[in-house]
Amino acid sequence: MRSAIQLASAALALAALCLGAGPSAAAADAPDPAADARAFQKFFTDKFPRLKPADFVNGPYSMNEDMHRQWEEKEQFPPYDFSLDLGKEMFDKPFKNGKSYADCFPDKGIGIRQNYPYFDEKEGKVVTLELALNRCREANGEAPFSYVKDEMAALTAYMAFTSRGKPFDIKIPSDPRALAAYENGKRYFYTRRGQLNFSCASCHVQNPGERIRAEVLAPALGILNAMPIYRSEWGGMGTISRRFTTCNSQIRGVPLEPQADEYRDLEYYLSYVSNGLPISGPGARP
Amino acid sequence: MSNIARSAFSLAALLLVAGATPASAASSEADFKAAFGAAEAANKQAGVLRNQWTVTAGALAEAKKAADKGDFDAAVASSKEAEALARASIFQAESEKDAWQALDIH
Repeated sequence: MRSAIQLASAALALAALCLGAGPSAAAADAPDPAADARAFQKFFTDKFPRLKPADFVNGPYSMNEDMHRQWEEKEQFPPYDFSLDLGKEMFDKPFKNGKSYADCFPDKGIGIRQNYPYFDEKEGKVVTLELALNRCREANGEAPFSYVKDEMAALTAYMAFTSRGKPFDIKIPSDPRALAAYENGKRYFYTRRGQLNFSCASCHVQNPGERIRAEVLAPALGILNAMPIYRSEWGGMGTISRRFTTCNSQIRGVPLEPQADEYRDLEYYLSYVSNGLPISGPGARP
Repeated sequence: MSNIARSAFSLAALLLVAGATPASAASSEADFKAAFGAAEAANKQAGVLRNQWTVTAGALAEAKKAADKGDFDAAVASSKEAEALARASIFQAESEKDAWQALDIH
């Protein structure tokens, strides 16, 4: 009976949300990513008029003055430093076959974070930096790393660090599959899921700067620019894959497998709408 | 009232009625197997829609645990809870096919 009441309450909440949404739900017009990005950035700069666009890459630290001061102190001895050092060491160490990560990437992998993810027209899918790193390893006879933390976080931390300050420059080529991937990512971002009936946007568009329990919610604009991050809540580093999968489980949805098409497309969408904002990773978060 | 809202209210009423109906007799292993099978089938359908809920998996595990102990009343109750949760996740996935656009910044 107790669970039935809980379920019924959830369904009533769902109904109330549906009523709130009302008939004004806008039908999707022809996809226009450039217009989307302009509207997306305007939404956040209008909502937080005191912030400069580049401030948004600092997530919750841009939303709260006290937290910002704490963060500035923390940055004197940033908690991601160990991971960054490990990442550089791993990046420079050759594979058993004598090749290295540098052989797999443009510009030897230095200062290129802002170009990921990209749409691979041969594969017809989005390729993220994490995916490209594991593909590089496998192509050179090495076992892939877990996508969520440790080595993958260290490598992406180093690659982000070499790209700090470079503006996100995600491109959508003239290929209907690329536009479809972008649209799929956008749909995933706004779709409610999990028993709590939250979408990514419920927290990061509708409530940035507000608290959810003890956390200050980050704005969606610039949210990936600081990745990977050291999160005090995790007690360690986490990648974009970790962020996506834990968000899903926190709202009581079963996460998809890391680097599922949906997550790749979501990263493509979120990165594209933050075009122009500087890479600030690796970052630290509460 | 939109169709989605109407369906959600119907779902709420159905869940309340289902939860309030007292069990009339002790459940058997066969009752558990039928209820568990229905819950698994619904959860599988949610999986096809890429929208399973963690709480559904939790309720299924509880059902299995109770059945292993021979407590088929509890096993059937947890299975029914799992099925209701799975059906709610399917409803969510279906309604969100269009509803997501209401949140879109454009």
